[in-house]
Amino acid sequence: MKYIKKIYLALILIFLYAPIAILIIYSLNESKSRAHFTGFTFKWYIELFKDTEILKALYITVIIAVLSSLFATIIGTLASLGINNLSVRKKNIVLTLNNLPVVTPDIVTGISLMVLYLSIFKIFKGANLELGFFTLLLSHIIFNIPYVILSILPKLKQLDVNLFEAALDLGASPQYALFKIIIPQIKSGIISGSILAFTLSIDDFIISMFTTGSGINNLSTIIYSMTRRGINPKINALSTIMFFVIMILLFFINKIDSNKLSN
Amino acid sequence: MKSKYLSYPYIIWMIIFTIIPILIILYYSLSSFGQSGLTLQYFSKAFEPTYLTVIFKSLKLAFYCTVICLIIGYPVSYILSTKEFLNKGFLLFLFIMPMWMNFLLRTYSWLNILGSNGVINNILNFFHLPKQMFLNTEGAILLGLVYNFLPFMILPIYTSLHKIDPKLIEAGQDLGANSKNIFTKIIFPLSIPGVISGITMVFMPAITTFVVSNVLGGGTHMLIGNLIEQQFLRTNNFNFGSALAIILMIIIVFISILLSLFDKNYEEKK
Repeated sequence: MKYIKKIYLALILIFLYAPIAILIIYSLNESKSRAHFTGFTFKWYIELFKDTEILKALYITVIIAVLSSLFATIIGTLASLGINNLSVRKKNIVLTLNNLPVVTPDIVTGISLMVLYLSIFKIFKGANLELGFFTLLLSHIIFNIPYVILSILPKLKQLDVNLFEAALDLGASPQYALFKIIIPQIKSGIISGSILAFTLSIDDFIISMFTTGSGINNLSTIIYSMTRRGINPKINALSTIMFFVIMILLFFINKIDSNKLSN
Repeated sequence: MKSKYLSYPYIIWMIIFTIIPILIILYYSLSSFGQSGLTLQYFSKAFEPTYLTVIFKSLKLAFYCTVICLIIGYPVSYILSTKEFLNKGFLLFLFIMPMWMNFLLRTYSWLNILGSNGVINNILNFFHLPKQMFLNTEGAILLGLVYNFLPFMILPIYTSLHKIDPKLIEAGQDLGANSKNIFTKIIFPLSIPGVISGITMVFMPAITTFVVSNVLGGGTHMLIGNLIEQQFLRTNNFNFGSALAIILMIIIVFISILLSLFDKNYEEKK
């Protein structure tokens, strides 16, 4: 019985990893046609780093991820502090609203933001606005904030209110007490929220596709336009790199988590 | 504390970026260009046979995908939750890990396998068997959906199975239940919340996708997601696209209500 179980798990793992493994193998294949493995080469990786279009997309992806997670963390932290002090009824309403973008499908979020921007552009016709870097960044901030709030609020709930008041009684200004008492205690929530926001931003494709404009591509949108032109060994190479980067990131996140547990 | 005022800017933010966009979509779906007043013409257009088949095909594929993920995924979660393997944590990590990979790349990776010069056709060729067309079929789309969403089924079921108190199973055994009874009377009923969240996590993205059908279906198989994407990015028919988006939302809300009723029903029985 145990063997059957082992074989079953192994089969499913093969199903999950075979496409990734084949992708990696083909990224090292000399021939472009994929019909045969003709020889080992790194030329697709070299070509990848010569492709200015892809490099620009990589740059935009990273910039958007850094900026959007930064803004989302700041706005989300301030909003969480406020939401935590609302009355129960108001808090429930705000939280329902906050969860709305989390449960709506990405495609609906994408088109609804797109029509919002286009409607605003229509109002300011003279300004010659169009979809592009700024709308892409704004969209990423918008879809990231709810996740930041969801990871900070539980920490705030655990916080002892008396600590803040004790600090005030001892003569601390509210700002001082905020930075010395509250922020350090919810720090882990803020950090995990910002990491989550960063990964979501890197990973997003659907919302980006609807809210970006011509000429501004992140990695996802560029990969999408390339896949529609068929297979390209450069994408195999890019996928391989992204796969290993994510593996390393996950490894470190796990390490941080287990360190936290042992502390 | 006065800090509750800190939430007010965010409330305004949510009104601008969450509520107003949905209202605009609703407005678009009910109005027509150059015409005043409200109209249901775009909703009735969605019920024309051409578009109705697309909606049904999306429902069908999402349903099949959910059922297959459940059939394949439940045993995986169950085996992982039993104490048979030493490094269970690492095994679970292996099953969840593909979830973190870019969705597009995971879908794209199948092109290398299914393509006309892909791995499978090479193997067929080796045995002098005729080439098969795997891409651009409904089967390829279904495969892509299952591949992408299987981890979303495994994780919640595993979590609910993991939480089961082993004492309950021991008590069952002491009272003379055989392993079949223990599974049907104790383990499976206690895992139902996980099954329901797994179904939600698989069905929802499966019915809204347009990426899988575009990449593996080659644009020949339209799903409701493709239809919406087309209206907004290519034909610029925002009214019809909005009506389709509203229909999609209604389907999703309807199914979540159905699932939560099922969940509640089950909780009451307990």
